[in-house]
Amino acid sequence: MLKKFLLLSFVLIVGLMVWNCGKGKTSITLAGSTAFQPFAETLADQYMSSHPDIAITVQGGGSAVGIQSANSGAAQIGMADLVMLPEEAKALTATIVAKDGIAVVVNPQNKVVNLSTDQVRDIFNGKITNWKEVGGNDVPITVVSREAGSGTRSSFEQIVGNINLKRDALIQDSNGTIRETVANDANSIGYLSHGLINEKIKALKVDDQECTTESIIAGNYKIVRPIYFLVKGSLQGEIKNFIDYILSDEGQKTIKADGLLPAK
Amino acid sequence: MKLISEKGVKRILMATAFSAISALLLIALFIISEGLPFIFKYGLKEFLFSSDWQPHLGKFGIYPMIVASLWVTLGAMVVGAPLGVAGALFLSEYVPKSVMNIIKPTIELLAAIPSVVYGFIGVMVLAPLIRDNFGGPGLSLLSASIILGIMILPTVISISIDSILAVPRSYREGSYALGATTWQTIHMVIVKASKSGIIASIILGMGRAIGETMAVIMVAGNSVNIPHSPLDSVRTLTANIALEMSYATGLHRQALFATGVILFIVIIILNSIASVAIRKRMVKR
Repeated sequence: MLKKFLLLSFVLIVGLMVWNCGKGKTSITLAGSTAFQPFAETLADQYMSSHPDIAITVQGGGSAVGIQSANSGAAQIGMADLVMLPEEAKALTATIVAKDGIAVVVNPQNKVVNLSTDQVRDIFNGKITNWKEVGGNDVPITVVSREAGSGTRSSFEQIVGNINLKRDALIQDSNGTIRETVANDANSIGYLSHGLINEKIKALKVDDQECTTESIIAGNYKIVRPIYFLVKGSLQGEIKNFIDYILSDEGQKTIKADGLLPAK
Repeated sequence: MKLISEKGVKRILMATAFSAISALLLIALFIISEGLPFIFKYGLKEFLFSSDWQPHLGKFGIYPMIVASLWVTLGAMVVGAPLGVAGALFLSEYVPKSVMNIIKPTIELLAAIPSVVYGFIGVMVLAPLIRDNFGGPGLSLLSASIILGIMILPTVISISIDSILAVPRSYREGSYALGATTWQTIHMVIVKASKSGIIASIILGMGRAIGETMAVIMVAGNSVNIPHSPLDSVRTLTANIALEMSYATGLHRQALFATGVILFIVIIILNSIASVAIRKRMVKR
């Protein structure tokens, strides 16, 4: 009796699964960059509402996961937010879908408003350890950085150049926790995606250039990284349609409205 | 019919028991098979005793993290064990039973609070307090020790209480009959009689402290640094794995599994030291 019941429910479940898959929806999976994940979700929702026969799933995981899963086929599109794509990504077709500024941020109580690129480098390398050396109060600097492997960190380090992060820098594992740490500690300095600046933290000018959308589009603010969509093989079919949609005026408008920068 | 169900129950229980053991074996096998090749390739000595952890340059030294894990665990013990044992003694000896029956479940509720919440309180309340009063970045060895010390309290208190209550009534009566005060009874009779249970509670607490990840990531600051004072930021072995796993590929990923192997070994060593200590005391008695 029990056996029959178990067998029946098993058949039922498998049947349901097969039936569901057979409904003919084309599915696209995106995975990777956590910085772009919320934007990809919004774009996917918009695209799906106008194309009901397409199902788009967006997963995070980080840039490395994006590259890995595009290579392995676990996701059709891998998202990566790196300045320089690693070796493994060379075989993939890369499309820049957006750009993202990386803001150098401090606590709002901090008097300092501007740092040169050299000063930023020296602070993160541990050569400058007190805010008075760059025009602030006589208090030690608490450096906050991201974990090794983070797309934001490697982009930041490559653009600023020659960064060998000092030993006792605090490490936080997301843009959000960097923001909380800097908001809580009056002596700290960190960096995060430009779209995530709010009133709890203050973005510094770097080389007298403000980190604003206008300044980044004009090409004045230098710490900017591209966001790539990586696809195995050439762009075609539904995947191409979706990427075309993101690059269209409507898609780029969404990206801009939510705090990122359009690709062109 | 009865015989069949009797046998069936035995089989089901056996299957359940084996599934727990095989899960443990599979986990151990998986971590070791992913991590060991890296240790052989990179060199055990270099991996354990170098203090350079720079995955992008191919340098993987976890010495600072081993030191940090041990310090954080010791710190949690220093904070949690005296508080827990004192609390257990007070609740079981000085407080009426009806009151204890309310307070003990309340303390055990501490164990049901998710570790993220502890971490959050650490970041929002404890770290600013430490930063303002003692200096340093606030997110530090000290704050991690205090938070972990509080987290292990329910384990230490409830197991200690259970073992103290298991001391036969006649021991207490005998002690009081000889004219001993309550405190004399506690430290000369009750603590001695329930020693193995109290030590076991501290060891279980230690196990929780060394394995805790989320709260530690939030309050310890995570810099790869050998601490020179309790105010320095540290990264534990568990935090290292959780922080970098999502981004790691290739050799870096293997190095994280190897970190897991070392953590596994550290915990086995600590546990066996502890159980040997218990056994010795039992024999003495």
